[in-house]
Amino acid sequence: MFAKRRIPVLAALAAVVPLALSACSGGTETPAQPSGPVTLTWWHNGTTDPIKSIWEKVVADYHQAHPDVTIKAQPLQNEDFPTKVPLALQGAEPPDVYQSWGAGDLASQITSGKVADITDATKPWITETTGKFGENWQVDGKQYGVPFEQHFVGFWYRKDLFQQAGITTPPKTMEELNAAVTQLKAKNIAPISVGGKDRWPDAFYFNYFAIRECSADVLKQSVKAVKLEDPCWTKAGQDLKNFLATQPFQTGFAGTPAQQGAGSSAGLVANGKAAMELQGDWEPGTMSALTEDKQLDSKIGWFPFPSVAGGQGDPAAVLGGGDGFACTTRASKACADFLQYLGSEPVQTQLAAQGAGLPVNTVAAKSLKTDTLRAVYDYGTKAPYLQMYFDRAFPTAVGAALNDAVANMFAGQGTPEGIVTAVNQAAAGNK
Amino acid sequence: MTTATTPVRTAARPSVPAVGARRRRSGLRKRLELALLLGPALLLFAGFVLVPIGIAAFYSLFKWNGFGPLDEFIGFDNYVDAFSGTVFQSAIVHNLIIAGLSIVVQLPLSIGLAMLLNRKLRGRAVLRALVFAPYVLSEAITAVIWVLMLQPNGFADQVLKGAGLGGLVHQWLADPGIVLYTLFAVITWKYIGFGIILLLAGLQGVPAELREAAALDGASAWQTTRHVVLPLLGPTIRIWIFLSVIGSLQLFDVVWIMTTGGPANASTTMATYLVDHGFKRYEFGFGSAVAVILFVICFVFALLYQRFALRRDTQGALTRMVG
Repeated sequence: MFAKRRIPVLAALAAVVPLALSACSGGTETPAQPSGPVTLTWWHNGTTDPIKSIWEKVVADYHQAHPDVTIKAQPLQNEDFPTKVPLALQGAEPPDVYQSWGAGDLASQITSGKVADITDATKPWITETTGKFGENWQVDGKQYGVPFEQHFVGFWYRKDLFQQAGITTPPKTMEELNAAVTQLKAKNIAPISVGGKDRWPDAFYFNYFAIRECSADVLKQSVKAVKLEDPCWTKAGQDLKNFLATQPFQTGFAGTPAQQGAGSSAGLVANGKAAMELQGDWEPGTMSALTEDKQLDSKIGWFPFPSVAGGQGDPAAVLGGGDGFACTTRASKACADFLQYLGSEPVQTQLAAQGAGLPVNTVAAKSLKTDTLRAVYDYGTKAPYLQMYFDRAFPTAVGAALNDAVANMFAGQGTPEGIVTAVNQAAAGNK
Repeated sequence: MTTATTPVRTAARPSVPAVGARRRRSGLRKRLELALLLGPALLLFAGFVLVPIGIAAFYSLFKWNGFGPLDEFIGFDNYVDAFSGTVFQSAIVHNLIIAGLSIVVQLPLSIGLAMLLNRKLRGRAVLRALVFAPYVLSEAITAVIWVLMLQPNGFADQVLKGAGLGGLVHQWLADPGIVLYTLFAVITWKYIGFGIILLLAGLQGVPAELREAAALDGASAWQTTRHVVLPLLGPTIRIWIFLSVIGSLQLFDVVWIMTTGGPANASTTMATYLVDHGFKRYEFGFGSAVAVILFVICFVFALLYQRFALRRDTQGALTRMVG
């Protein structure tokens, strides 16, 4: 009887102990690195050009410079990452390098014990390569990933439609923005498009009102505690409610997708059906795929989110985020070296020059494609404070609850207090 | 269940030696045969159906983000959370509305169209193919097509305006009050062909002699339909309702692609809620609980329906084990 039982227990122990050990050791000492030739499996979201070709070139170039490192790139749809990464991190053979947006998601993923702590390997170069931006891929002071692109959110607008409505300078305050909305409406132009079906574009508005209403200290403290206590949060919700009451958005915005098709919010601006959209720096690239207009770049301008009267936040603070990669434990040394290469000047210059995004490496910024993008880059990098999108900064479930609550308000339901409550409840684990 | 225990009992019962021995041997052979033929299928079924259900039920008892060890046992808290959450409550209601509408709207429509298409008329084959065509499309493609057609000033609105029905134009996917019915219309467009094909097959089974006899007795077309055709279509209709309700309870693809459950959760279904929480929020324990709830609802419905509605239809078809 006992003999019979002991075997499974021992077997279970045998299975669990190494797991537990590896989970503990994952942090400080690097687990056995395969010496000699290494193959890195690389999950990235570059399924379309220009970034698809850039990554293909990176794979070839890197192998040429490091013959003992072979990179097997596997492009995945953006939407596949939330399902595939958790499963892979549960499994025996996760990818060695995978797309990571830092902060909240990364913090969840680390609990798997399979994400490599690359603090030591990246220390010599990370600040030089990514500035302070790399800190968004830290959890508890340890580096778990490296960004290759940064993103800033602001208003993209059509110069031709602004001119048509008699708007001479881009709005700097909320009053000016509201006036511009009225002027555009008078000319029967949809003032602002928003992809409400996808929810996250709605959240940009609440995020920005919060950044303008709350001081940087409050923002930092709230994100750290995952709790919205300061009254500035409710004020941000009230700002949003007032703004929605001016009906600045296109018809049917709650069902409009953000980036798919000519009828999406990006497509409406690209085709001159709406005058503005609050979106990230990737917007010109998204729009150009949705229109026949080859002169689009010259028709599009950018201005930062307006200041809000009486807000505690710095009017120059910026909302944004970035793309990066994280390493898993099997070949973390080779992986970190590869990430250094992605941050290096040649790669960063290609990313900037081909319009794939805003580089993290300042040296590459001068290669950016258009003056507008250079202006966005300057504004973002000089901003006194960068707030990462809250849905990424907060733990995933809390971020999703925030986006949902904001989207509900866009659909005509919910209150400023409701957004705050939704976040605090989600943080407490309530549904 | 009973079929599995019967042979054991027969085999164990002592009876006349000679006959018993033979019977035992043949029983053994039979069981060997069964094990050989059913074994692989049962193994696969256990491995890919029963075990995952068991695992989901196990996960549902934990607070778990899908990554770390399963160490936060919370009992039935996930279930309590789900049922006390207003979003999940409304998701159940949405599923029930879709199921109800299917029976009230799709079924009569399918029966009517099937009867029309069962008549001898010119171009019948083409019509049948046309009606069935949407069913051949995948749900994803259906959803994408309809998203494009239903966007403001899209094809649907243009058609309505062109027909002088501009007043009917709505924000099909953006208005929380309408979106569920829009989705139901799309689902109907997609699945009505399946219902019609099923009912056409059922109509083939209605003997022409019965209709003729009814006509000779002076029954009107309506009376023939009501008292001869419909009762004979009964088994087909009952199967259709079964498939339709199960499909409505599990409704996912079309909703996910067209609205992701929005706006303001007005079109959330149990399945979109499950994916939203499980995968988008890394609440795998909670997601598992929702999956188990969805499974139990479907399972209980299936059992009750088989027991009470389908019993008559399946009675003759049940095979009985020969001891």
